[in-house]
Amino acid sequence: MLVEIRNLAKSYVRGGQAVPVLADITLDVEAGDFIALMGPSGSGKTTLLNLIAGIDKPDAGVLRVGGVDIAALPEAELADWRAANVGFIFQFYNLMPVLTAYENVELPLMLTPLSRAERRSRVELVLSVVGLSDRMKHYPNELSGGQQQRVAIARAVVADPTIIVADEPTGDLDRVSAVEILTMMQSLNRDLGKTIIMVTHDANAARAARRLVHLEKGELIVSP
Amino acid sequence: MFLLRLVLRNAFRHRLRTLLTIAGLAIAVLAYGLLQTVVDAWYAGAAAASNARLVTRNAISLAFFLPVSYEARIRAVEGVTRVSRSNWFGGIYQEPKNFFPQFAISPSYLDLYPEFVLPAEERAAWQRDRKGALVGRQLADQFGFKVGDALPIRGTIYPGNWEFVVRGIFDGADSGTLTRQMMFHWDYLNETLRKRAPRRADYVGVFVVGIDQPDNAAAISTQIDAVFRNSLAETLTETEQAFQLGFVAMSDQIIAAIRVVSYVVIFIILAVMANTMAMSARERTSEYATLKALGFGPGFLAALIFGESAAIATIGGAIGIALGAPVAVFFKQAAGIFPVFEISSDTVALQAACAAVVAVAAAVLPAVQAARVRIVDGLRAIA
Repeated sequence: MLVEIRNLAKSYVRGGQAVPVLADITLDVEAGDFIALMGPSGSGKTTLLNLIAGIDKPDAGVLRVGGVDIAALPEAELADWRAANVGFIFQFYNLMPVLTAYENVELPLMLTPLSRAERRSRVELVLSVVGLSDRMKHYPNELSGGQQQRVAIARAVVADPTIIVADEPTGDLDRVSAVEILTMMQSLNRDLGKTIIMVTHDANAARAARRLVHLEKGELIVSP
Repeated sequence: MFLLRLVLRNAFRHRLRTLLTIAGLAIAVLAYGLLQTVVDAWYAGAAAASNARLVTRNAISLAFFLPVSYEARIRAVEGVTRVSRSNWFGGIYQEPKNFFPQFAISPSYLDLYPEFVLPAEERAAWQRDRKGALVGRQLADQFGFKVGDALPIRGTIYPGNWEFVVRGIFDGADSGTLTRQMMFHWDYLNETLRKRAPRRADYVGVFVVGIDQPDNAAAISTQIDAVFRNSLAETLTETEQAFQLGFVAMSDQIIAAIRVVSYVVIFIILAVMANTMAMSARERTSEYATLKALGFGPGFLAALIFGESAAIATIGGAIGIALGAPVAVFFKQAAGIFPVFEISSDTVALQAACAAVVAVAAAVLPAVQAARVRIVDGLRAIA
C-alpha cells in the first residue's frame, strides 16, 4: 500500500473557533493508482490532498506514504521527503515567472545531487514527453495556459516522485487543453506507472481517473 | 549560481521600481558622503593648523582686542621667535554673498606662514604699497582678480569704504591651504582708524606667535599669559590648532545637526528600501509557498530576499560612492568655502557600511515572513 490513511482528522481555527474540515477519514491508495477526489466546495478534498502531499499536518489519525509516517516528520525532514517523493500540479500552474520552461522543470532537481549534465538530460527528456522541446527557453508568460500546465507536469515528474498530487489541474484551462492535460496524466499513470491523486470539480476530468473518491462535509462518502 | 540567477532576475522583475530604488539609494549614499565630508572639511582647518604657532588673544573673548603694545612684551618671552598682528576685517566685496575672509596683518605674518607661497617681487610690491592686498589663488580665480586690480571693500566691523590694490596672488603649499582669502597691511587699517575712529586704533585682534620648539608650546603659552596676568586685558594663548578647534566648537551644534541629517537620509532610504522589499515579498508569497512545497527550505527563501536586497543596495551604493568624487569637486568649486573637500577613504567605508546596513535591515522582516509562510496559506495567496 502506497498511501495508508486511518481515522484522519483535521480542523482549522477560524475567528477563534475550531472548524472541522476532515473527520475520521480512512483510505488506502495502491501504488500505480489514479484517484480522483471529488466533492463540493468546502468538502475537504484539497485539505486531504495537502495532507497526503505533506504540506499540511493532520490533527489526529495515521498517515503513511510509502511506509513513512509523514505526520510525525519535523519540518526540515518533511521538506526533504516532499522533494524526493511528491510531484505537484497546481490549478494555476505555479511556475516561477522569472525562470524559463527549462529552468522551471529543473527546479526540483536543484535539490538533488545530480550533475548539470544529468539534470539537462532529464529535463530535456520530460519536456519532450510533454511536447515542449521547442519551448524550453520560453518564459511562462510566453506560453499558453495549456503549455504552462504541461511545464508544471514536466516539473512534477522530473524528479521521478513516488506520488503526484494534482489540485484542479484543468480548472484554469479550456476544454481542448484540459483534454490534453488529462490524456497526459493518464499516460503518466498508465505508461510510467505513476501514482496520481487528483482533486477536481469536473466530472469529465474525474473520468480520466481509475477510481473516484467522494468527500462531503469532511467525510468520505464512497471508498471502493 | 542558481541562487544568484534567481536573485538577479527577481531584483529586476519590476524594472522601474528597482531602478527608482537604486536611484534613491545612490542619492542617499552620495548625500551621506557629502554631508560627512562637510563635517570633515569643517575640521580640516584645525587639522592643517600648526603646533609651532601660538595665538594670543584677549582672555575674555575674541570680541575684545589687545593693545598693540603687547607685541614687544610677547616677543621678549623666551622661546618666541616671531610675533605678527592679525585683525579680522569682515568686509563685503560688492555684495554680501561674495563673502571671503579678510585679515589685516603685519608683514612678518608671511614669515610665520610658509604655506602661503608668494613670488618675492609680488611680496616686495605689496610691502611698498600701504593699500596693497594679497589674494589667494582660489579667490583670484573666483573673481578674476589680477595683480594691479583695484579691490574696493565695504567695511562692516570697520565701517566705510576701503580701497585696496591687488599686489600679489599667493598659492598654497599643499591642497589643504586655504587660498580663498585676502590679506592687507595692518598699518593701513590702523592709520585709517586713527583718522576715523581714534579710540579703536592701536588694537590687535590676535597675535600670531612663532616659537622655537613645538614641544615648548605649553610652557611658552603659560609664560605669555603670565606676563599679562592682572592687566586690563589679560591674554589667552594657545596653539593655533587649539584656537581653530575653538572655532569649530562654536559650530558644534551645526556639525551635530549635519551629522544627524546625514543619518536621517540613510534612515529614509532604509524605509523606502524596506517598503520595496516588503512589496516584492508580498507579491511573491505564492511563489515562496511553491518553492517550499517543492522542498526548498526557509533558508533558501531568506537567501533569495537578502540576496535581492543586497544586489539593489550594492548597485545603488556603488553608484553613490562613484559619484562622490566628481560631485565633491563640483561642490568645492561651487561653494568655495572649504580649502579641502575630498571624500576620504573613511567616508567611503562608511558609505559602503550604510548601504550594507540598509540591505540587511530592509530584508529582515520580509525574509522572516517568507521563511515562516505556511505552504497551504501561501498557495492560496494571490499576488
